[in-house]
Amino acid sequence: METAFDPQANYEASKRKAGYVSRKNATQQNYDRIGFMSGLEVHQQLLTREKLFCHCPAGIYNKSDTYDAELVRHMRPTLSELGEYDGTALMEFKTRKEIIYRLRNETACTYEVDDTPPFPINKEALEIAIEISLLSKLNIVGEVHITRKQYLDGSIPTGFQRTAIIGVEGQIQLKNKTVRLIQLSIEEDSCREISDIGHIRIYKTDRLGMPLIETVTYPDCVNPDEVKEACDYIRFLNRSTGKVRTGIGSGRQDVNVSCRGGSRVEIKGVAHTRWIPELTHNEAFRQWSLLLLKEQLKLKITDPANWRIESRPLIPDDDQLMYAPLAQAIARKQPVMLIRLPGFKGALSHFTQPGKCFADEISDRLKVIACLEKPNLLHSEMLKEEIPSAEWKQFARKAAAGYDDALILVWGPEADIPTALETIEERCRMAFEGIPPETRKSFADGTTIFERVLPGADRMYPDTDSAPIPLDDKLISTLGKNLPTDIIQRYQQLQQWAVPEDTFTFILSKNLYPLLERIVNDFQYQPSMVGTFIGHRLKNLMGKKNNSRFKPGKIYHLFEFLKTENLDPVLAWHMLPILMEHPRIEFESALTIMKFKRVADADIKSKISTLLQKFVPIKGKTDPKHRQNWIMGQLRKTAAGNINLTHLANYIISTEQ
Amino acid sequence: MSEDIFQGYKGSALELLKKFSTRVWGQAEVETTRGTFIGTILPRSENDDDQHVVMKIATGYNVGIDVATVLSMKETGYKKANYKIPEKQFPVTPGLPKVKLFGTGGTIASRLDYRTGAVIPAFSPGELYGAVPELADICNLETEKLFAVFSENMGPKQYIALAKAIGKEIELGVDGIVIGHGTDTLHHTGAALTFMCQNLPVPVVLVGSQRSSDRPSSDAALNLMHAMKTAGTADIAEVMVCMFGPTSDEYGLLHKGTRVRKMHSSYRSTFRTIGDTPLAMVNREKVTPIHKTYNKRRNDKNVRILPYFSDEVTMLYYYPGMKPDTLDALVNAGYRGIIIVGTGLGHVNKELYPAIERAHAKGVHMFMTLQTIWGYVHMFVYDTGRDMMAKGIIPTGNMLPEVAWVKLSWILGQTDDPDEVKRLMLTPVNDEITQREPYNGYLVYQGGVPEVENFVKKVHK
Repeated sequence: METAFDPQANYEASKRKAGYVSRKNATQQNYDRIGFMSGLEVHQQLLTREKLFCHCPAGIYNKSDTYDAELVRHMRPTLSELGEYDGTALMEFKTRKEIIYRLRNETACTYEVDDTPPFPINKEALEIAIEISLLSKLNIVGEVHITRKQYLDGSIPTGFQRTAIIGVEGQIQLKNKTVRLIQLSIEEDSCREISDIGHIRIYKTDRLGMPLIETVTYPDCVNPDEVKEACDYIRFLNRSTGKVRTGIGSGRQDVNVSCRGGSRVEIKGVAHTRWIPELTHNEAFRQWSLLLLKEQLKLKITDPANWRIESRPLIPDDDQLMYAPLAQAIARKQPVMLIRLPGFKGALSHFTQPGKCFADEISDRLKVIACLEKPNLLHSEMLKEEIPSAEWKQFARKAAAGYDDALILVWGPEADIPTALETIEERCRMAFEGIPPETRKSFADGTTIFERVLPGADRMYPDTDSAPIPLDDKLISTLGKNLPTDIIQRYQQLQQWAVPEDTFTFILSKNLYPLLERIVNDFQYQPSMVGTFIGHRLKNLMGKKNNSRFKPGKIYHLFEFLKTENLDPVLAWHMLPILMEHPRIEFESALTIMKFKRVADADIKSKISTLLQKFVPIKGKTDPKHRQNWIMGQLRKTAAGNINLTHLANYIISTEQ
Repeated sequence: MSEDIFQGYKGSALELLKKFSTRVWGQAEVETTRGTFIGTILPRSENDDDQHVVMKIATGYNVGIDVATVLSMKETGYKKANYKIPEKQFPVTPGLPKVKLFGTGGTIASRLDYRTGAVIPAFSPGELYGAVPELADICNLETEKLFAVFSENMGPKQYIALAKAIGKEIELGVDGIVIGHGTDTLHHTGAALTFMCQNLPVPVVLVGSQRSSDRPSSDAALNLMHAMKTAGTADIAEVMVCMFGPTSDEYGLLHKGTRVRKMHSSYRSTFRTIGDTPLAMVNREKVTPIHKTYNKRRNDKNVRILPYFSDEVTMLYYYPGMKPDTLDALVNAGYRGIIIVGTGLGHVNKELYPAIERAHAKGVHMFMTLQTIWGYVHMFVYDTGRDMMAKGIIPTGNMLPEVAWVKLSWILGQTDDPDEVKRLMLTPVNDEITQREPYNGYLVYQGGVPEVENFVKKVHK
């Protein structure tokens, strides 16, 4: 091994070579160069009273340590109807996890834990899903077939999710492009994970079985911002029905990303749409950089088919390895393996994501597949030195490592070591092929880690416990009658009304457009004024503590009151904080709290002539404007709320002429 | 075109497929009034309507297309699916016990049948090894498919065939026998085989699965491992039912064929020993007896096969206000034996008395069992009981109703002599009547009670 090898320098060099640019500096040219391609799977919980296939209440959540009983299951792959085992299925089986489910009698019955067959599908949920499918311009199926989609991670106790297609082939219209939709399905939500340590994974079952829809787009987005826009659009569309859940966890998305020559990688469970741009950006570049690695390995390793890792147990001296996790493993009498990766020099420290290198890809897989908790390896190209390079030289001698080789140290329970070695070799060999299709878990900093092998269509089975549900034309046309208008139409209308653009997201995401429209139509107020009130004033106050429970529908009655009482709508700005603080207060009382006094227009205007006489011009300021401003100043306090101030100012000018 | 290429389709849907020359397993583009659908045409379940065509779309989902909405259809390709469980040679390991698996048609390991939407059992050792490779660490396996019927269709003919097959296998020197069986009547078969196969030298283990093996969380694989472990290594040479102890994937329970009952329609832990404790617990490592005494494994082959069964025995589940004509009807239909399932300690109303007398006069054998499931028939406590005994109804202790039906059928297959029938009925073959009910033989705890809730929170039930 070369002694002067600098992993950090190699990392930076590979990052440059891959042409990585930060998202801030990236242009469409950057994305076109790497062939950025992305699509979405947007999940949305439906607002129903009960769960999808049983009569448990939906939307009641339990704390992790609040449960009445626990039970244990293991998942085993089964054969698909096309006669094949699914890749993910086999991987999950390899991991041999013991899955523990915590249940609370209030929120889970024997259906959730798969001890009772499904009850007929929740009709309320089915109808909402059809409405949203119609809004998404999808072709509605003639008959709904409940399908079992295998999940061997244990997130559903049956080992599969009951899911069904409602519509296929639709589209949404963004500002500047159309994004095509593949399908919309209705499905049951999964368990929430409590912990996953070693071979034990714990879930809670409160969310399990709640009705959910999934809207899947084609990979039509060509830059990170487009992905976010499409995602926002779908979420706003779902919310425009007013029949979906809002709040933390009620909408989640999986984002599929690839670059040219790469593979479809699914970033799972992105909690906020604002995370999307950074995540998709990094993923596309991760793939691009791995393709570069592939090219580099190709030059060095001429016979990839026969490439093997070489491993030997390492028996360290008692005080040799000061790295704490490794020392602990040795103290626990766990085996330590020294692994030689022929020809892999420079690969382990090859850039993948900001702050991450190829060795992390291996480490992530060891955690998931071999159940080795992190940190689970050390390697000869650590970006941060954990054991001195002198040690590595010694290891290199022991492993008979040549100039072009790299080394890995891995440790853990003896039973998991064979899987660990297999996993390391497998991931290295994948580097010759390109990008392994996988699902990845997202983090707020925009990076991702390996979660699972990407499952294919092979994991779908018909649900033998459920009969098909016919959807006749009559039902569909009935449901189609009361659909909200399209998000793009609403967007365009807001523009036309000259409502400030920075209010759109709040208005559409909170589905306040119908409220705005009603206020404008019923009371003929300026749309831009009402839009600003909602998008600025309401948004601002709703963001404050204790105000989140305010029901925006009250605003309609507020404007109705101002209209009927012939008061200036500007009062709404001052009344709103009071209405939020005292949810049951009457509008009149709110005015009293504000010490507002009603004065008739005529009374205010009648004072103008007296004031005109009283005006004493200050030296040098003889312009009529000064006089008018002074009068306005005298009247402002009484007038505010009773009469439009601009109107009053104009009136003052007109009386003088 | 032969019928097979339109698998499961009928009426309008069949007409449509024919009209557009589109086959099952054909890739098709379908234009409808609701838009275009592209995918593979799948067979249709025979019991579903004739108004829809089923299609698998590219994402793997199935959808139905309303025949009335179809404008046109075009077959663009064809690819028939091949259902096959990966079959691997079941390895023979010297030193492991030799276990025979009889198949009766349960869903112990299976694949899907598209036509009916049902599951097809995997059965050959190679198929089983492909599905549950762990079995090879437990035993050397041989299999034989005796019949393929659903549990509810198991009956006298199958009991007799099974008993004879068991006898033959013991003669050939097997270490243990496992019978794969649907769960609905697992306990009836358990009782029948206990009576028909007496003095067993090896374990005979009945096993099924509550969740068919086409789902990842199925209990099938673990049940199968437990059953093989029992058959191969247990010291208990009796007819046993081996199913989940708790609903969790933890351990199995071994129940005597004569004391076990299916107690829940869908729970994994549905089989319970009634009025006693189970025989033993079993996991993948070992069998742990709960009972101190049981019939031990032997090296001889001295099994007695008594393959008798009369189909002239019926059951009468009593309800308040039952009229005598119900009993008369059964007698007139020619039944020679009637198991009455009475209330409480074993009662029926006075109105039935004349019919009971008429039945007795005709030589019909009548025995009393209990709707309460747990406990003993006790007909001396009230006058009603004493009256009935006088009229010829014989109490059967704590024999379970289904077991009593099986036993009387087995007895009437051998004799019609009232004294002999009574003697055989009341002489236990293997604890179908026990001398005593242990305190822990009746445990039906109620949720909501604090101490029970505490227990349930700590122990996987």
